[in-house]
Amino acid sequence: MEEDTLHINSPIEPDIIDKLTAGTRVLISGIIYTARDAAHKRIIDSLDRAEGLPFDLAGQTIYYAGPSPARPGQVIGSVGPTTSSRMDVFTPRLLAAGLRAMIGKGNRSAAVRAAIVQCHGVYLVAVGGAAALIARSIKQVDVVAYDDLGPEAIRRLTVENFPAIVANDAFGGDLFEQGKAEYRRGR
Amino acid sequence: MREIKAGKITETIAHLCQQANYELGDDVLAALERAEQTEKSPLGRAVLRELLENAQIAREGVFPLCQDCGTAVVFLDVGQDVHIVGGELQQAVNEGVRQAYAQSYLRKSMVKQPFTERVNTGDNTPAVVHTEIVPGDRLRIAVMAKGGGAENMSRLAMLKPAQGREGIIETVVNAVDEAGGMPCPPLIIGLGIGGTAEMAMLQAKRSLLRPVGQPSPDPELAGLERDILERVNDLGIGPMGLGGRTTALAVHALAMPAHIASMPLAINLQCHSARHREAVL
Repeated sequence: MEEDTLHINSPIEPDIIDKLTAGTRVLISGIIYTARDAAHKRIIDSLDRAEGLPFDLAGQTIYYAGPSPARPGQVIGSVGPTTSSRMDVFTPRLLAAGLRAMIGKGNRSAAVRAAIVQCHGVYLVAVGGAAALIARSIKQVDVVAYDDLGPEAIRRLTVENFPAIVANDAFGGDLFEQGKAEYRRGR
Repeated sequence: MREIKAGKITETIAHLCQQANYELGDDVLAALERAEQTEKSPLGRAVLRELLENAQIAREGVFPLCQDCGTAVVFLDVGQDVHIVGGELQQAVNEGVRQAYAQSYLRKSMVKQPFTERVNTGDNTPAVVHTEIVPGDRLRIAVMAKGGGAENMSRLAMLKPAQGREGIIETVVNAVDEAGGMPCPPLIIGLGIGGTAEMAMLQAKRSLLRPVGQPSPDPELAGLERDILERVNDLGIGPMGLGGRTTALAVHALAMPAHIASMPLAINLQCHSARHREAVL
């Protein structure tokens, strides 16, 4: 990581969100929660039934990831991001319920981008396939819910210097669009 | 008839699955290193450096290359003079996958029933097995750990013959453009052109077994691969979709005869973590 990298804590405070503009590289320390396809479906089902959630979403960060199994002596296996767009259908609702930040890979739908601006949130990307590298930043892992889902269970990760890049900021900035416009040729 | 023991097949499959998930091929590493030298985007270069570092860490054998250890796609080229003894072939393959994914701490990513229950099978079986009978008395086994993110961006287009070469280029470029950062670029783009719908798809996947960037031996196909690669890299998608000149490392195409009414085009995208290994018994 180079000098222009911001060190931030998670949960991310609203005044820090203001500093996270598309393209900013960050190292995250603190707490993040893993949740992917099946866990999202269960969270939404719980919201539909007005039941309590496995963790309070307010101000939190969700990491779209399902780790490989931990070897003896390790807290986790490899744990890179999965494709975020599969969660797009659920995300505006979670942001409205208080979720502040998401980490994944790939671009988001227009509805999610609008919800990020409206709810003053942020979407970050981690490098897909850099799963072994990312595992080094995970210091502690606790399964919070849905243990029966195996790799898809919700895990509370304690992280130190987890590397990510701001993709969609609270002001409508979109790294995918900006990056592509800068390097596109012809047509 | 040459006899090959089912147990030997199991052992080989297990070894190939383990190796594929921990050791990125030298061809892929070389392609990523070249990309890191030529990429114009600073962020793109940083992503490529992370991927090279990730490959080094994985090679130590503790953390697999990616948490998505893939569907085990197995190509078996069975010599017609081979007799498999001591067990059933399909079971021997699945047992190898089962052993590797348990013993090598690989993620089990297969669900039994795909459209409602989606309960994990718990051992990454069944493998997806493609068997071909070939001349000789050898058994060639290729194992591919195929991640879900890139596989989800696959396409089948039943093009009109009149669309020709340019129709193929446009369809591939549009598919890669729409996929953006989701399939984990830089990609290897597998193409199956001609045949029937299912054969085109199978050949698109098989083309991914070729060493990265080795052109097709057919000069016309090699030219098509070059032209598509150039057009795709003009999209500006870049490593992980964050902008850059390296959207794909290579295009691999296989072509076959087709019906007079048809020009099937199958697109199978491979992420940068192109994990596959082969052995001959």
